[in-house]
Amino acid sequence: MAEYTLKIRRFDPESGQAAYWQDFQVDLPPERSVLDGVLQARDRIDGSISIRCSCQAAICGSCAVRINGRTGLACNTKIGEAADRAVTDDGAIVVEPMSNMPVLKDLIVDMDAVHWKKVQRIVPWLLPAGPPPEREYIVPAESMIDVTQAMACIHCGACVGACLSLEVDSEFIGPAALAKAYRFVGDPRDGATEERLTDLAEDPHGIYDCTHCFACVEVCPKGVAPMDQIMRLRRRATGDYGIKDRNNGYGHEKAFVDLIQKYGTLHEAQLLPRSYGNGSFVKAALHPSGIKQLTESLPTVMNGVKSGKVAPAKALHHPTLPDQKQVRRIYKEIESKDERVELNLYIVGESGGEEEGTMAEGGRES
Amino acid sequence: MPQHDVLIIGAGLAGQRAALAAAHGGASVGIMSKVHPVRSHSNAAQGGINAALNPEDSWESHAFDTVKGSDYLGDQDAIEIMCREAPNEILDLEHLGVTFHRNEEGRLGTRAFGGASAARTYYVADITGQAILHVLYEQLMKHNEVYRYEEWFVTSLMRDGNGRISGAVARNIRDGSMELFVAKSVILATGGNGQIYNPTTNALICTGDGIAMAYRVGAKLMDMEMVQYHPTTLQGNGLLITEGARGEGAHLYNALGERFMEKYAPNKMELASRDVVSRAEQTEINEGRGFPDGTVALDITKVPRKRIHEALREIVMVGRDFAGVDITREPIHVKPGNHYTMGGVDTDIDGQTNIPGLYAAGECACVSVHGGNRLGANSLLDTLVFGRRSGEHAARTGQTLPMPKPDHSWVETEERNIQEIVGRERTGRRTSEIKAEMGATMDKYAAVFRDEDGLRTALGIVDRLKDEAKTVATDDKGTVFNQDVLTALELGFMLDNAECVVTAAIERRESRGAQFRTDYPERNDDEWLKHIDLSLNGDRPEISYSDVTITQWQPEERRY
Repeated sequence: MAEYTLKIRRFDPESGQAAYWQDFQVDLPPERSVLDGVLQARDRIDGSISIRCSCQAAICGSCAVRINGRTGLACNTKIGEAADRAVTDDGAIVVEPMSNMPVLKDLIVDMDAVHWKKVQRIVPWLLPAGPPPEREYIVPAESMIDVTQAMACIHCGACVGACLSLEVDSEFIGPAALAKAYRFVGDPRDGATEERLTDLAEDPHGIYDCTHCFACVEVCPKGVAPMDQIMRLRRRATGDYGIKDRNNGYGHEKAFVDLIQKYGTLHEAQLLPRSYGNGSFVKAALHPSGIKQLTESLPTVMNGVKSGKVAPAKALHHPTLPDQKQVRRIYKEIESKDERVELNLYIVGESGGEEEGTMAEGGRES
Repeated sequence: MPQHDVLIIGAGLAGQRAALAAAHGGASVGIMSKVHPVRSHSNAAQGGINAALNPEDSWESHAFDTVKGSDYLGDQDAIEIMCREAPNEILDLEHLGVTFHRNEEGRLGTRAFGGASAARTYYVADITGQAILHVLYEQLMKHNEVYRYEEWFVTSLMRDGNGRISGAVARNIRDGSMELFVAKSVILATGGNGQIYNPTTNALICTGDGIAMAYRVGAKLMDMEMVQYHPTTLQGNGLLITEGARGEGAHLYNALGERFMEKYAPNKMELASRDVVSRAEQTEINEGRGFPDGTVALDITKVPRKRIHEALREIVMVGRDFAGVDITREPIHVKPGNHYTMGGVDTDIDGQTNIPGLYAAGECACVSVHGGNRLGANSLLDTLVFGRRSGEHAARTGQTLPMPKPDHSWVETEERNIQEIVGRERTGRRTSEIKAEMGATMDKYAAVFRDEDGLRTALGIVDRLKDEAKTVATDDKGTVFNQDVLTALELGFMLDNAECVVTAAIERRESRGAQFRTDYPERNDDEWLKHIDLSLNGDRPEISYSDVTITQWQPEERRY
């Protein structure tokens, strides 16, 4: 047994008062969970502490909160470890509601207003191509294992709460709903793959609104890795369907790939023009829409120069890596594969297959 | 005031399946749950769902395994229906989008499960319940004519002057408002009562609300003594390790390193039915061959690593996060733990109870297809088949019925009751203290092994706790998410459930299925091949009996 202090953010909409912090002393073995701590405080000290919770086993997805600033399930965060990572001077564990969603009371947020609305946005049901077969659909075994990673989502909203893109664009469809979208796009029984991908690529708040920051991957308690699912949607949209979207997502990805192949590191001065020209530097400079977009980007570039984020001399004279040959060899190796290699937890496990030395081959194991 | 042809209470698999079936049958449908539907405890069903879909398998074989598993207490007409309809149910789910595991030909693939004579368990890794629950919820999002009341807590069922069910009274958890829901019929799909035990594999929401509410309006409860202890739960927190682990080849060992199931079930070994394996484990532990923490060892390292990744990933996480064990490298300690309510509200094969207009389906119901012991992977099937049948039947009968007249006195009574609790000064113990004593009492006296003395002790404690529960007060006096007052209401529901479990366990003076009486260690078909029924009389359960339906399988000795 050990003593812990929980610093819980309290908010009662009926009180007319602002949110405030309240400390609770609890007494638990370190391997028990932060949720056990909150429930002990509620059971013994103050029955009005409100938190959604049910299974206590990380399967129902009710109890996502922020613990010491990091979003996660209260039920699978050990209280001893949370105390070790405490950020307060007195060692108290800070427990507060998730971000990006309105707080209803104490640790309870309005999931309907944000998360479920976004799920509804992606047309979250199977759209088969025709009437069902008499028996089951015959589909490759790997395809079902492949979408299981997205199916493992418990809709706890941790990724939604932690998403940095959502913080600046509340319209972003977001990590959970897009991971759910992959569950249909990756499902061979779905008959609307291209329509789904086009829809999500053309939406200004769709797959290209993700900034690749890994926050959702880090906080997901189920290993869904929403960002990976978003990247897979992009690869399907660009690589498989060649969808050239109005958000320049296609051009931007192509620009990245081409520039790294050419220079080994990112040639920032060429990135914008190539992105606007569907990957081509020349097209962007000649095409009216490319020129228009480039002109519109100028204030952003100037701000970058002013704040020191962009150094013009360095940006324009971009060096090629001394061992650029090796980079090109990686490209050649990957391009020589018949199929795209995708990592998947249900195929290679938590370690990414590293210990078996199968990382690169993970997605193709038979 | 909302009105529906069919009002469904509970939005797990049984409730959602009933809602889709009733809507398909042309009814106006409301589905209500005290949590968001995807939080329902159907999520926790890891292993799979049984069906004799393979051409070499037969529904008769599935039905016989189920009858034998039930220790001949299951009603064979209902079991036949469930097993006959299972293959279509699986195919319907597959067509809706459930991502069932495939074999090498791309067809639906199976795994082995306990008590089954063929590998007939269809699955999605070890998240089968979650996968089906989410796919059904996709359909509810698609069919928005089914009206969803999410985070509403039902406090009481409502009857009209003729004793027919006419709706329910519920509290909107978000703002505390009370509302009368008028309905031609109500389907209870509120799940089991595992929270009357501590520890339990069941979620905090599994408080037997529907069973208690039905009992309070005169519905008959059946086989309440039959409480399943799952053989592989974690010490302390009671978390579940799926039977799928043993289905994939994991073995059980005692502290001496003996594969003890050889003694108890030489043919089926670890895949004997759950009551048999749980009793074997408890015997080993009681006789001093367990580990010091009162457990035996489950060795999953026998299962190939690749297979663990694709089929048992959830329990890799459970082991890592909740027991600090890497199950791919070392055995994990397990013990029998409370898991499933075989008994419940007595229904016929269409989910109808003895109260006109009231249906029940899933774990809160007792059709009975599980009798004395449920086979693994039959619970999801039960929820779907009888959820659908209830929805279809309620929609059909509703077509010829008028909408009942609302009787607002029911809301006033419920509102007064809640006001009374919230207004109380604290004079006695806290809700949590009463609940903890109930849980420990049930786990001590109404567990794997039972006897009359212990059960009578338990009944005395439950009686006292019922009195104490009348004084519980709340710290939360508000209306928005006042979980404090809801917990107090749940405590009342749970104590009714506990009283019925203990009463029926005292009454059944034999050993059958999950009920093992050390003072009556034999099965006694002459006197006890019958259901024990309980109805509320005054404030006590009154005992009566009903026959077990036998179609083609006469009782015989049960060996695995």
